Amino acid sequence: MNIVVCIKQVPDSGDVKINPETKTLMREGVDAVINPFDCYALEEGVRLKERFGGTVTAISMGPPQAEKALRETISLGADKAVLVSDRAFAGSDTLATSYALSTAIKKFGVVDIIITGKQAIDGDTAQVGPGIAVHLDMPQITYVRKIEELADGKIRAERMTEEGYDVVEADLPVLISVVKEINEPRIASLKGKMSARKAEIPTWSAEFVGADPKQLGLDGSPTMVVEVYAPPARKGGKTLEGEPAEMAEQLVTELKELQII
Amino acid sequence: MNHFLTEEQQMIKETAHEIAVKKIKPVAIEYDEKNEFPWEIQKVIAEAGLCGVYISEEYGGMVPAGEHGIMNLVIAVEELSKECGGISLCLAATALGTIPILLFGTEEQKQKYLPSIASGETVAAFAVTEAGAGSDAGSIQTTAVKDADSYILNGTKQWITNGEVAGTYVIIAMTDKSRGARGATAFIVEKGTPGFTFGKKEDKMGIRASATYELVFEDCKVPAENILGKVGMGFMVAMKTFDMSRPGVAAQALGIAAGALNDAVDYARQREQFGHHIIANQGLRFLLADMSMKVETSRAIVYAVARSIDSGDLKCAKESAIAKCYASDMAMEVTTDAVQVFGGYGYMKEYPMEKRMRDAKITQIYEGTNQIQRDVIGHQLVKEAASRK
Repeated sequence: MNIVVCIKQVPDSGDVKINPETKTLMREGVDAVINPFDCYALEEGVRLKERFGGTVTAISMGPPQAEKALRETISLGADKAVLVSDRAFAGSDTLATSYALSTAIKKFGVVDIIITGKQAIDGDTAQVGPGIAVHLDMPQITYVRKIEELADGKIRAERMTEEGYDVVEADLPVLISVVKEINEPRIASLKGKMSARKAEIPTWSAEFVGADPKQLGLDGSPTMVVEVYAPPARKGGKTLEGEPAEMAEQLVTELKELQII
Repeated sequence: MNHFLTEEQQMIKETAHEIAVKKIKPVAIEYDEKNEFPWEIQKVIAEAGLCGVYISEEYGGMVPAGEHGIMNLVIAVEELSKECGGISLCLAATALGTIPILLFGTEEQKQKYLPSIASGETVAAFAVTEAGAGSDAGSIQTTAVKDADSYILNGTKQWITNGEVAGTYVIIAMTDKSRGARGATAFIVEKGTPGFTFGKKEDKMGIRASATYELVFEDCKVPAENILGKVGMGFMVAMKTFDMSRPGVAAQALGIAAGALNDAVDYARQREQFGHHIIANQGLRFLLADMSMKVETSRAIVYAVARSIDSGDLKCAKESAIAKCYASDMAMEVTTDAVQVFGGYGYMKEYPMEKRMRDAKITQIYEGTNQIQRDVIGHQLVKEAASRK
């Protein structure tokens, strides 16, 4: 089974602040890591390989330093990794990014399943995975929490919804995006770390993947950022005090006054 | 501080650290309460490849053939012990049961037993102690009587770490009681051998995630090919094993203390009294500074001895006793002080500090009490002085 896992390198977790003047993320001094949701995607890919055989290829589009994140995927069980990197990609929105990644994935030849995290924790769009599926004209199942079956050219998966879950069946090749409920990522083994140290990670340019320059970078990105602002910090609410029954009564009264109930 | 770790040792440290923080820390108190062996963590340690860090490559480990890997072991045990000095024994006590095979095993014995230990499928144990024989190995009562191509073992071993959970045991039994310590022989005994059962499971003060059992031998037939070394060499097998394994106990003590120090500093930085964080009190900073000095000096001697062994210097009875004795006495002091820093919280079972104090205590007792360690050191000093003349 040929498994492709898409990853993104993102700034490490919650303490990233927004520069109030430029309205951009302050990345200085913040470690770059594999997008946490992509770790679940990678783990699922490696587990599929362990069950069905085949290879796991990790791919990322990003600046040269994203090579570090790709190297880490090898320590976590990926067989090989490819960095898609070129100045021509700079400024790409999710449409252009998913186009660029789809052209690179086409170069792998036969692919059975593409796995992505449900979204990246920096942009939070959840659009690149679905975009890749559309560019490659394959079905997609988003927010997968469990692969129930994968056999005879078909996949059946549980897709998380706000109310519960749907069971969705699709033909392979397929793209799935996964939620953190799907598995518990492993700890990189010493053997994996040694393979990662030696691994050669090629960098593929826009020209190499045969991408149409007009569909890349700012030219290929219809998204216009009109304004970026940090939402105002939430003001402290009101705290009710007293016995539970009194507080409940007071709460209902106040909610009625506000015509919420 | 630069401890001059090799690239591989740095990887071992990072891997063990990640396991300690992500997998051990959340369950350490629970296992302590339940008094249960942590199979789920053993599996994580195995899958990460840590079980083979001190075993030769030819048997599935990561040490180049003909070399030793005690420093690798020390680094892994130290990191794991920072979060639980009981769970870290999955690795450290297995090493104690494996070192005699590494040192004295025949090629066949190594091929048979080491690969599954290196992969982590099998846990190992070493059994010398009995009710009436601890450091005085000459009073061992378990007997091994020759019967054609086999030996028949009878007797009871006590307080055996990794008892019941281990698949491979190295047992010291008397083949000739009249010869005292020179009449002891080491045997490899597999779990499941008829006549080999487990007695009482011990209820301990600390290291409660580690299984401690009685081993009972009743007419247990062990093939002569399972003798480790030669007949009558059992006492030497035990002593040489301890010389090499004591840095592992020292690393366990070091890790327990280092973990206690880390948590004590974090706590002192956030605990407020009289309108400021308690770390602003010089009296408390001095206490933390003393703890830090003890941890760093212990680390220095433990690493130095481990590296000396790895360089091929196996005449290390004195040095390895110093490392074990110094680091374990230090761990008792540092964990006691860490409980003090935590105040009332330190004394409560809800927080991991009182557990560290209980876990630290065993390191002053097992693999030879610290009084025995001092005796070993003193004995070596006399020998060294005599050889200078």
